[in-house]
Amino acid sequence: MMNQADSIVPESMATAQPPAVRQLGDRVFKWLTLLMALSVFALIVLVGFELWRGSHLALQKFGWRFLSSSEWDPVNEQFGALPFIFGTVVSSLIALLIAVPLSIASAVFLTELAPPWLRQPLTVFIELLAAVPSVILGLWGIFVMVPWLREHLFLWLRSALGFLPLFQGPIYGVSFLAGGIIIAIMIVPIITSVSREILRSVPGLQREAAYALGATRWEVTRIAVLSYAKKGLFGAVILGLGRALGETMAVTMVIGNNPQIAPSLFAPGYTLASVIANEFNEATGDVYRSGLFEIGLVLLGVTILVNAAAQLLLKTFGGAGAKPQ
Amino acid sequence: MNLIMPPEEEKIISQTRREPRVESREPNPDALPSALDSRTSTASISALTVKNLSIYFGKNQVLKSVSLEVQARAVTAIIGPSGCGKSTFLRALNRMHELVPEARMTGEIRLFGEDIYAGRVEPVIVRRRVGMVFQKSNPFPTMSIADNVTVGLRLNGVRARATLVDRMEKSLRMAALWDEVKDRLHAPAISLSGGQQQRLCIARALAVQPEVLLMDEPASALDPLATAKIEDLILELKKDFTIVIVTHNMQQAARISDFTAFLYLGELIEFDATRKIFTSPARKQTEDYVTGRFG
Repeated sequence: MMNQADSIVPESMATAQPPAVRQLGDRVFKWLTLLMALSVFALIVLVGFELWRGSHLALQKFGWRFLSSSEWDPVNEQFGALPFIFGTVVSSLIALLIAVPLSIASAVFLTELAPPWLRQPLTVFIELLAAVPSVILGLWGIFVMVPWLREHLFLWLRSALGFLPLFQGPIYGVSFLAGGIIIAIMIVPIITSVSREILRSVPGLQREAAYALGATRWEVTRIAVLSYAKKGLFGAVILGLGRALGETMAVTMVIGNNPQIAPSLFAPGYTLASVIANEFNEATGDVYRSGLFEIGLVLLGVTILVNAAAQLLLKTFGGAGAKPQ
Repeated sequence: MNLIMPPEEEKIISQTRREPRVESREPNPDALPSALDSRTSTASISALTVKNLSIYFGKNQVLKSVSLEVQARAVTAIIGPSGCGKSTFLRALNRMHELVPEARMTGEIRLFGEDIYAGRVEPVIVRRRVGMVFQKSNPFPTMSIADNVTVGLRLNGVRARATLVDRMEKSLRMAALWDEVKDRLHAPAISLSGGQQQRLCIARALAVQPEVLLMDEPASALDPLATAKIEDLILELKKDFTIVIVTHNMQQAARISDFTAFLYLGELIEFDATRKIFTSPARKQTEDYVTGRFG
């Protein structure tokens, strides 16, 4: 006969095991997700390695000079990346300068101010902008934007700000500035929608804290929303910058494709991505092709460098507690 | 007058008024001067007069013609089961409920005789005079302890450093937090413990010198020790401020309040001196609720 203790004390946990299938499932799950996560890392390493291998010849021939030389002469097989680096960095900076205030202001409007009936359609339209194919935006750039810039905005800029070297010189239309503007249009949707998500994640209680102190709407946005979200917003900007650096098609169509380093934003330029897209077909010589591979390597390097710098900046100046909880 | 207060008001007040606690406590030397100016020293003046207040969210009516008087320099507790409209009532007192889209109200609320919903009155001004402390502490995480306290003043245009520092210390002292933070005023606010953060939020609310302080279950997220500190603080603050507190905790209402309003399904069932509510309520529903028979 069973005594009472037997019926109360359960089976020992040391001998109890969940079914083998479930244990196996757990293990498979863990390894599968690890594999997926590692594959991203492997992909980047592989891309970097292939670029390095492809640019072997150019690396050997030009060494570090490739980065500092402005010469791009396929006939005599002399290659230097500096004008392209310059073009990429300048057009991306212009894009950020235009897109960041625009995007963050849009995101603030969408989350803090817009009436509900306007919020949804506006959000859809902004996301639709991201869906416009790059080449179509480029076509619009060539036939609509560039003529308008040439005949109106650039003339006005030159007469208003012509004392700055940035806004001097002949106006062609295709230019660093045109490239920057088209990139800005392309990165506005991504920065806006990421910023919007970040702002939406700011707890309502933060806003209420500010309202309860007698803050106006703008003050609430400033002290409770933007300052709470600043780290996240910075991340959104970096995401946009990543896109800007690598943007190819639309920029190629409006930047002018002239490898030069000019102080004027009205001058035509060239970017790292554009030169690869434009010249890969005609790169018949081994050194020429290798040079283009190295351009790709430089682009990858610039992108990584900019992202690393941004992370560092965030760590140094982000400040304690700025991270959304 | 359309008061719910019984005629023997004065008597009850004198009975329920707590004796000042043991080691205490002359009138608070840190009391903010202008906060005092707006009141007289007689106890029975009413700070807030609420008349026939109804609030709707869309088609849903959450408050049904509530009328009561909040007495100055006393603690008024609002009790009732979840969803009875306590928080909505509290938020109507500083126009915070307007932040909810589709909120509508009828009726009247007067702050020391002045209609806070009059056409020319800006909600921003109302909220500066009627401060609020929330259920969950919500310091601004990117700001230091000191900046959290002075942010309201800076919003209101106070720039003089000496004034800011002075007010910050006074507010932190009133919130019984000064001794704990005086050596790390520039540390981030979120480095404080939960109870300290809540007292920081109280200091932040006090710094702009409100006349009324609304508290929405200010201790419900805190452990018993931190709760006791907040309760002591409330008893101390009522010497200088008018306090309206929403609480789920009946013992808390009994411990700290002078008057208690019992709300049920959007209606004010009973409003009286706290002692009366908890010992001999006039309505059966009130008795059932305070004795724990429902809610």
